[in-house]
Amino acid sequence: MTSRSSRTTLTVNGRERTLTVDNRRVLLDLLREDLDLTGAKKGCDHGQCGACTVLVDGRRMNSCLLLAVALEGSEVTTVEGLAGPDGEPHPLQRAFLERDAFQCGYCTPGQLCSAVGVLAEAAAGHPSAVTGPEAEAGEPTPLGAAEIRERMSGNLCRCGAYPRIVEAVEDVVP
Amino acid sequence: MKTFDYVRARTVEEATAAFAAAPGARYLGGGTNLVDLMKLGVERPTALVDVSRLPLDTVDELPDGSLRVGATVRNSDLAAHPLVREGWPALSRALLSGASGQLRNAATTGGNLLQRTRCPYFQDLSKPCNKREPGSGCGAREGVHRDHAVLGHSPHCVATHPSDMAVALAALDARVELTGPAGDRVVAADVFHRLPGDRPELDTEIRPGELITAVVLPAATRGLPSAYRKVRDRASYAFALASAAVVLRVEGGVVARVGIALGGVAHRPWRARRAEEALTGAAPSRAAFEHALDLELSAAEPLRDNGYKVPLARSLTVDVLTRLAARSAG
Repeated sequence: MTSRSSRTTLTVNGRERTLTVDNRRVLLDLLREDLDLTGAKKGCDHGQCGACTVLVDGRRMNSCLLLAVALEGSEVTTVEGLAGPDGEPHPLQRAFLERDAFQCGYCTPGQLCSAVGVLAEAAAGHPSAVTGPEAEAGEPTPLGAAEIRERMSGNLCRCGAYPRIVEAVEDVVP
Repeated sequence: MKTFDYVRARTVEEATAAFAAAPGARYLGGGTNLVDLMKLGVERPTALVDVSRLPLDTVDELPDGSLRVGATVRNSDLAAHPLVREGWPALSRALLSGASGQLRNAATTGGNLLQRTRCPYFQDLSKPCNKREPGSGCGAREGVHRDHAVLGHSPHCVATHPSDMAVALAALDARVELTGPAGDRVVAADVFHRLPGDRPELDTEIRPGELITAVVLPAATRGLPSAYRKVRDRASYAFALASAAVVLRVEGGVVARVGIALGGVAHRPWRARRAEEALTGAAPSRAAFEHALDLELSAAEPLRDNGYKVPLARSLTVDVLTRLAARSAG
């Protein structure tokens, strides 16, 4: 059998990392404690609040529920990796600033990573629970406010900044 | 969290062998429920056999028109699959009404079926729960049970199954394919989950060491009008108080085929066979639908604080049937 820790290689924000991790380590703790990437936040630690949302191989997921050992070979992007190579903020980051889409900011890194995922999913034609039956499979799904609210429902904001978060995402919808 | 060994399986054979070699092992899919239960101490596996990278991640059309969905296909990909949206829309809608975008990206088809109840007594080690610890009692029966079962519960357990996907699979006559130490077998989705009886620790008919390899959507329900409707405490990202998956074919002015499954009301997706029998061959009308649901729900035994689920399940199912009948007719 194997031991209680494992050697794992994953790419975080473009940089390859090889670490020996306790099998119990979840990605969120690996990012925050081992890699000093404290952007992803620990809210509920049970997959219910979305503050820990990151992108794994381009798809948004709750990093608090992903065991790091199971991510061998994956590409992880955190809020620290959203900006362009020249440091230019991601269009969503700029929109959040312009719309003042936060108060305390604790949920914001998760909201941003989640919104990046939402835009990619809609572009790939993924429907949501509020997408009408007339939507064509394989065609990009248009994102209005109702779609954004539904698709972002996995990200809670205890300050209640939802109206401006929706506006910020709407600003970036192609 | 208790420590554990980790094994990444590359083939189905490797997975079942690793599981057999480690008493107390669990299969790991997306982990969205299992890892959470491990944090809570409800699950304490000695080893995790990671099956999330098995080559079971494809959706394949079979020669007879059915659709074979691999066990590691992610919930979000299944919901978005063009053949699922077109052929079995209730399944796509059910998947999309469950959890959040983040969780659907991680959760697998097999794992969704094997998720555990969200009964708060099950998740709290300081409380009695016959499902978590057989013989310890049921805290929910006389406790906080507004979200619990109204059909098919037992003195030992009043928990509900939380999956939306499983409700749609039950109504659509899907099948669950399993492999294990004794070979391969197939179980109908509507009896894959159990009623609690005096063994509430068993959620499903799965045997020790067995692994779900696929779910098959049958040609018989392909392309029929189908829908899923869910009622919950908030508009999104909450478990069902009650839900209904319905598939309906009307021919020559009568119901030629109907499948109804209710969610959020029992220990398993509740296939409403009595209602289906009453409707088959009958003219579809609101009165006929109401009569059929009354027959079905005459078996309901609400607890002190969840009697609201009976009229809720009745009205939402009648509504779905009425809408589907209108679509079939016109």
